[in-house]
Amino acid sequence: MSILIDQNTRLLVQGITGRDGGFHAQKMQEYGTKVVAGVTPGKGGQDVFGIPVFNTVVEARKVTKANTAVIYVPAKFAKDAILEDISAGMDLVICITEGLPVLDMVEIRQVLEQSKTRLIGPNCPGLISPGKSKVGIMPGHIHMPGSIGVISRSGTLTYEVVYNLTMNNIGQSSCVGLGGDPIIGTRFVEILDLFMKDPETKGIVMVGEIGGEDEQIAAKFIKEKVTKPVVGFIAGKTAPKGKRMGHAGAIISSADSSAESKIKILQEAGVTVVDCPDEIPAIFLKKLR
Amino acid sequence: MKIHEYLAIDLFRKFGIPVAGGRIAENVSEAVAIAQEIGYPVVLKAQVLVGGRGKAGGVKLAKNKEELTAHFNQIKNLVIKGYSVDKILIVRALDIKKEFYSAVTIDQVKNDVVLIASAEGGVDIEETAKSHPEKIHKYYFHGHNEIDLKRWPPFIKAVFPDPTLQEPATKIFQKLSNLFFEYDCSLAEINPLVIDHKGELYAADAKINFDDNALYRHTDIQFLRDMKYEDPDEVEAKQNDLSFVKMEGNVGCIVNGAGLAMATLDIIKLLGGEPANFLDVGGSSNPKKVLNALRIILQNKKVKSILINIFGGITRCDDIAMGILQARKELDIPVPLVVRLTGTNEKEAKKILAENNINTFSTMREAVQKVVELAK
Repeated sequence: MSILIDQNTRLLVQGITGRDGGFHAQKMQEYGTKVVAGVTPGKGGQDVFGIPVFNTVVEARKVTKANTAVIYVPAKFAKDAILEDISAGMDLVICITEGLPVLDMVEIRQVLEQSKTRLIGPNCPGLISPGKSKVGIMPGHIHMPGSIGVISRSGTLTYEVVYNLTMNNIGQSSCVGLGGDPIIGTRFVEILDLFMKDPETKGIVMVGEIGGEDEQIAAKFIKEKVTKPVVGFIAGKTAPKGKRMGHAGAIISSADSSAESKIKILQEAGVTVVDCPDEIPAIFLKKLR
Repeated sequence: MKIHEYLAIDLFRKFGIPVAGGRIAENVSEAVAIAQEIGYPVVLKAQVLVGGRGKAGGVKLAKNKEELTAHFNQIKNLVIKGYSVDKILIVRALDIKKEFYSAVTIDQVKNDVVLIASAEGGVDIEETAKSHPEKIHKYYFHGHNEIDLKRWPPFIKAVFPDPTLQEPATKIFQKLSNLFFEYDCSLAEINPLVIDHKGELYAADAKINFDDNALYRHTDIQFLRDMKYEDPDEVEAKQNDLSFVKMEGNVGCIVNGAGLAMATLDIIKLLGGEPANFLDVGGSSNPKKVLNALRIILQNKKVKSILINIFGGITRCDDIAMGILQARKELDIPVPLVVRLTGTNEKEAKKILAENNINTFSTMREAVQKVVELAK
């Protein structure tokens, strides 16, 4: 098993006629993902690498039974693309696009809460269930099927972690890139919960970074609910300090968003936190033996 | 993006938020003219985009022309956290009875916009938030762009128990939130919001930050940026689509992706080095980016060695390799380069570099060890 995507995923690509959308549609198809449709308003009727293009998501979904959408459209159009997917009843939407205004995300979150759609991203690398399906921009070949679930707020740092696992013959059940924006569709806790319920996942890697308080919230959840071993890495110990925003940030959240504070809270929740991604494989080899 | 207080006050005026009369002065005679027009006493406020202005002596009260002249010259010569003072705001001194705090901002945990207010205003508000959280009141917008008057009374009554203030305060909060939503702010703060002895409410300060991702839809705001507060190397990097932050050490680095770039800095430090910068070349493969990145890093004369750490995804390693060769042709690179390439088109890249006598590493640890050793 795996989480969120597998061989039954029927993917629709928004922005398929664009440079990035087209390139990655082809890469995903090569990996074995069932890419069933593309959507670009005004370009319905064409096809890209044999994938039929539709004008609207509703039409594409009706004809192709697509259940998952991935978005590569420019930031200006991403809000409308996400809202169109939600109203068409997509199960899962992955927004790769970066640079969405925060207030667009506030609006999207409100609509999401009234729907059954799950959003991953924006500004994320997507997700992969190795050997089954890949939805996003990650290099497929560094992954291998197995039993470690990977969750991350980062892109290339996730590849670094996965690469180290694969080099040591440790496969992955699913790898999910949540995205680095302040407001995102899905956070650590929701994916930790899915990995807990997935019998194939035996251990979890959580890759966090400075800023926000998602790691603190995840730590609380891990302490209470997660019985599988979790290994963590938090990037940004050395990062230049962020510029402050008035007093409001400090008033709204008293949480310390530094790497040190996040590492401490995760350790207290039973997470093994490493200093370098290449230390992760040895820990699983020991824990899962 | 941040803007100066006087520009934020202009926006307050545009939205009808009451502010004390006054405007900006660049020299003493302008300041004197403004003071004569609005009447003494006046407050002089240095316009700088860094915190701690009051403590640095950047805010002064003047009761007459002599005091105004003396304070003006004093403030004009201040250097606040490394920044000189170009403009001074001259405003009518308010006869303050009480100070309040108020701000509209984003609550990332609740995924919502929030209005925060407290009857304990002023510079100690963060202390109050920690020691007496019950004194901080929050109103969530639940995805709407304006205040819902049905849910409003408990909030406004908590902040302003005096019924005569509730209506004027509500109007100010409505206007502040209108401004916040209309301009895609990340923060619109009034601290303090004051009440004078006549019972009138005024914004005695104005702080507005904008969401950089939304600036494309506010062309009138983009021009309010004060370039003095932008590091020239960082501006140049941004123009070249690179994300760059200068640091104190001597190990330069070029990485693709912000998370991996931060991790690279951490591991440089872990293995005994000191990073000279954060530089994310982003996801594209354009060889020109490597050239520009190297050029910007080499402007820092402290740099003794440079690490190029690329995990190819969208970025193709062979494009990076071509960029390195091009940079060696066009730039004088007086320090050693350490290259680590993994991922998409890694083999092709290593071949290109080997033919040009550049060694590459496959793992981050090996590469970082090498670059740190070379910087010593």
